[in-house]
Order: sequence, then structure tokens, then C-alpha cells
Amino acid sequence: MTTETTTQATAPLLGRGNRKQARRNALIGWSFILPNFLGFLAFTLIPVLAAFALSFMEWDSFSAPKWVGLENFQRMLGSDSFWIALRNTLLYALGHVPLTMGLALVLAMLLNRKLKGIGFFRVAIFFPYITSLVAVAVVWNMLFSPETGPINQFLQTVGVANPPGWTSSSDWALPAVIITSVWRDMGYYMILYLAGLQAVPAELYEAAEVDGANAWQRFWNVTIPSLRPTTFFVLVMLTVSSFKVFDLIVVMTDGGPGRSTTVLSQLIYQEGIGEGKFGYSSAISLVLFLIVLTVTVLQFKIQQRRER
Amino acid sequence: MTNMAEKLKAEAPLLGTELTTGRRGPGSPQKSGRLRHKTREQKSRTINIVVYGVLVVLVFALLVPFFWMISSSLKENNQVLTVPIQWIPQEFVWSNYTEIWTRIPMMGYLQNSLYLAVIITCLQVLTGSLAAYGFSKVRFPGRDVLFLAYIGTIAVPWQAYMVPQYIMMQQLGLTNSFTSLILLQAFGAFGVFLMRQYYMTIPDELCEAARIDGLSEYGIWARVILPLSKPALASLALLTFVNTWNDYMGPFIYLTSNRLWTVQLGLRSFVGQFDAEYAMIMTGSVISVVPILIIFLIGQRYFIQGIATSGMKG
Repeated sequence: MTTETTTQATAPLLGRGNRKQARRNALIGWSFILPNFLGFLAFTLIPVLAAFALSFMEWDSFSAPKWVGLENFQRMLGSDSFWIALRNTLLYALGHVPLTMGLALVLAMLLNRKLKGIGFFRVAIFFPYITSLVAVAVVWNMLFSPETGPINQFLQTVGVANPPGWTSSSDWALPAVIITSVWRDMGYYMILYLAGLQAVPAELYEAAEVDGANAWQRFWNVTIPSLRPTTFFVLVMLTVSSFKVFDLIVVMTDGGPGRSTTVLSQLIYQEGIGEGKFGYSSAISLVLFLIVLTVTVLQFKIQQRRER
Repeated sequence: MTNMAEKLKAEAPLLGTELTTGRRGPGSPQKSGRLRHKTREQKSRTINIVVYGVLVVLVFALLVPFFWMISSSLKENNQVLTVPIQWIPQEFVWSNYTEIWTRIPMMGYLQNSLYLAVIITCLQVLTGSLAAYGFSKVRFPGRDVLFLAYIGTIAVPWQAYMVPQYIMMQQLGLTNSFTSLILLQAFGAFGVFLMRQYYMTIPDELCEAARIDGLSEYGIWARVILPLSKPALASLALLTFVNTWNDYMGPFIYLTSNRLWTVQLGLRSFVGQFDAEYAMIMTGSVISVVPILIIFLIGQRYFIQGIATSGMKG
């Protein structure tokens, strides 16, 4: 971090009052941080560490916690609820990440120009992202109604004889959730891509044009490489948020029909808060965290190799 | 949906021609000498028209769910899911909007949501901007390690530690109270991160000058930094408010008695109880979204800036 080097560089300049000054600074610094830090420590940091420890214990709220080593993990690996939830979470991520990313990029490219009223389009596309989730889920559930819903009526008029049952079919419930979440999230990532596009120097495009590059070549050789940091950030954020998917599923399908849309977060909730199996649910949490961590680290490594 | 799409297709070229005539007016008298320049200008103009057309169709398609929500909220229950779709209600049933207040305690839900959102936002903005000052403008040992701990927890999915949080609140006897939600959400690391990102862009020389003028650190925070960081404060406040207002899982886990429910919980339970009252459900949805829409329209600039700041400079 740059700040550390500057501290070291200026420290000798301070001279004799140095140590006293440092102590004073520490006191002042902590006094600023403390109000937030106390809450952060108690309600975020400690629970994070507790989740880690609990995954090696057996504990319900009545008896004392008991150390059981890897037993929770063994039980987890032998339960098909876990594998189904893991599979559904992965499938969700596989659908949600590329679709959201692609659409967000296309929208950002379309919106990255100076046109009258462009602000309206940006705002309209962003709005679903901050609309309350319950309203979104309720509306889309009705749009997806198998018999008389607008979406299936539309599909029938364009020639799909047997439109899918969406949220009432165990094969189509997950796609329905993915469509809803892509619709909701793409405005957010579009904003990130817009910020990225606006940072691309115009000279690059001009130079490419002088060299005779057509629009497609400019896109492929100028836009895409310049957007690499943004794409990387978007990819990390999207993957992490896909693995965390929770509330949309709870409100839209509640994991059903059957277990066809149950995801990891929901399993943690059901086992932990629903059933009171604190240790077992923490073991699943740890797996969720490790997956998120691995994906993030992997993406960082790939990004670093590309930059070299 | 077909009617809509056809209508849009019919509208889009119209809008395009309108724009061309509008744009050609001031453009044509300028006869610039160079031919290359001119064709290029024409080319970019046709591109713009195409983009307009595409955008109009796209945005309308994306807004269809909202349109459908509002239109359904003004119908009778048996008019909502009809074949073919009625985009505009035959008869406007405004009474849905007067009845809903007696069908469910909507006013109470709105008050609860507002109460939680206001308190959490105030605490988050206050403690976040204080901590951000400590992390960006005061140098002391251990500061950067501590900040890394903050960032580290942003990467941990909340779901991974919701169970220990719940146990803790249970032990403290705070489940089924607003206090639990306030304590859990008012000290988020995200707010500190966002504010710190912004404070880093304020030159240290300003603080240095204020220090020489004899202002204490708290004085600098209050009189120099806070006035300069109004856009970031607005971003954080709006984002926090909207997040709290829209939050479903927090209230779902912690608030069990109906009298404490927020709009989101109330709406969800209404859907569960009366799943055939389509029109009333849509009315409730509209009411839950309207406050967000108003806030968003007032502060949309800050939402977008906030996302761009916290996102890109990370």
C-alpha cells in the first residue's frame, strides 16, 4: 500500500516529538474509527470467526457446544440435499454470470454516446436493480404463470406450441429465476461498464480508425482490451453474488418445486436458523465461503497472468 | 405482448424520422469543405438513429413488468390474467388503492420500514464517514491492517455468518426487535469503504492547511471534509436507505410479530395468504416501490456516482 511507504518516508522528518506525536495520532485515529469498529467487531468480525469455529462443533441452542472435528463435513458430503443445492447454485451461476455480463456490456456500448435523452435510458435500465425484490418476484411470478401469463401467451403467438411451465415446473423454475435476476441486475453492471468505457482514451479509437480498422475490429482490438480491468471486476462481483443468491429464490420459488431451486444459502438458513443445527449449517457456510474465495483467487491469478 | 411489440416496432421508426428531421435542420446549412468529414458525420447520424430505435424498443421491453404491475393494480382480480392480455384496464378500479389500507396494516408496515431505514441510514453515514476519516487522513500504526480486515469481510458472504449472528441476537434476547436489525446493519464495512475511497481523492494539503490554522482533527472532519464530501455522503445515504427499505432476509429472519413487519414482509405474507387476489397484490407492490422511485428520481445522480466510485476505484 502506498500509504505505508509515505508514513515511513515522513516519519524521520518529524524529529524528536515523534513518539508522542505517533501516540497522539493513534488515539485520534482510533477515536474516529471506534464507533463503527465496535459494531463491526461485534456483529461482523466475531460472527465470521465464530462461523469458522462452529463448523467443527455440534451445537443446538439447548446443550453445550461439543467439538466433533470433521463430522459435520462428512455428514454434509453424504447428504443429497447438499449436492442438489450445490448443483443448483452452480447452474444458477452458469446462467446468471455470462448473460448478465454480456447484456450489461451491450447496453453500456449502446448508451455510451452523447445523445439527447440518453440519461433517461440509463436511468430506466438501472431502475429494476433498486426496485424491491418482493415486488419484482411477485410481478415476474405472475408474468410467468403457465396457463394465462403474459410470457407464455407471447410465446404461443410467436409459435411455441407448448411453452414451459416456468416456476411450476421443476425443469424450468431455475431458468425463470435466472431470467428475473438478469433483468434485475444488468443495469447495475451496465453502470460499471459505462464507467469503464468512459475511461477508454478517444485517441485509441482515432488511431485505430486511421489504421483502417472497421467497427468490429475497433471493438475487438480497442474496446475489449481496454475494458479488461472492468470485465475482471464485473466477473468477480457477479460470480460472488451468484453464489450468494438467496432472497430472490426464497421469495420467488422458495426452493421449489420439490428441491429444484434450493441453493446453498437457503440450505444454510434451513439447517441453521430453521432447524437449529448450528454446527452443521456452519460447515455448509464454510464451503460456500471457500467456493467464493477460490473463484475470486482463481480469477485474480488469471487476470495477473494476462497482464504479464 | 405481441400487441406491445408491434406497437413498439411501429413507433420506433417514427421516432427515428422525427429525430432525423429535427437534427437535419441545424446541420444542413453547415457545408463544410471536406467531403470525408461530411460522410463521416452522416454515417454517425444514421448510427445514432439506429441506436435510438434499438434503445426505445429495448427500454420499453425492459419496463414491461412495471407497466404490467401498474396496469394490473387498477383491475378487478379476474381481469389480471386474461387471454388475450389487457394492457390497459377496461375499467379503472381505483378502489384497490383505498381498500388495501384496511385489508392489511399497510400504514404500519410503511412506518416500520421508514423507521428502520432512517435510523440505519443515519448511523451508517455517521459512523462510516468518521471511520473513513480515520482510515484516510490520520496516520497511525496498524491502520492499514485494520482496513484490510474491513475489506476482507466485504468478501465473506453474509450468508456464511448469518447463523452466528442469529445465535448472538438470540442470546442477547434481541430477536423479534428492531434493535437486532439496527445493530446488524448500521455498522457495515461497505459504508466505510465507500467513504474512504472518496476521502482519498481529497488532497491532504487541505487538511494540513486546516491543521496549521489550528483546527482539531474533529474540526477538520466536520468543517473541511464533510462539506467537501456531500456527493459521497448522498450516495451512501441513498444506497443504504434503499437497501434497508428493500431488505427481505433481515426482517424475514428477525421480525416474527406482525406489528413489527416491514413493507416487504407484509407484502410477501399477503401474497401467501391471498394468492388469488392478483390485483390487490399488484397494488401492494406498487405502493412498496413508489417511495423508492421518488428517492431514486431525486438522487439518481448520486446512486450512479456511488456505484462507480465504490466499484471502479477499488
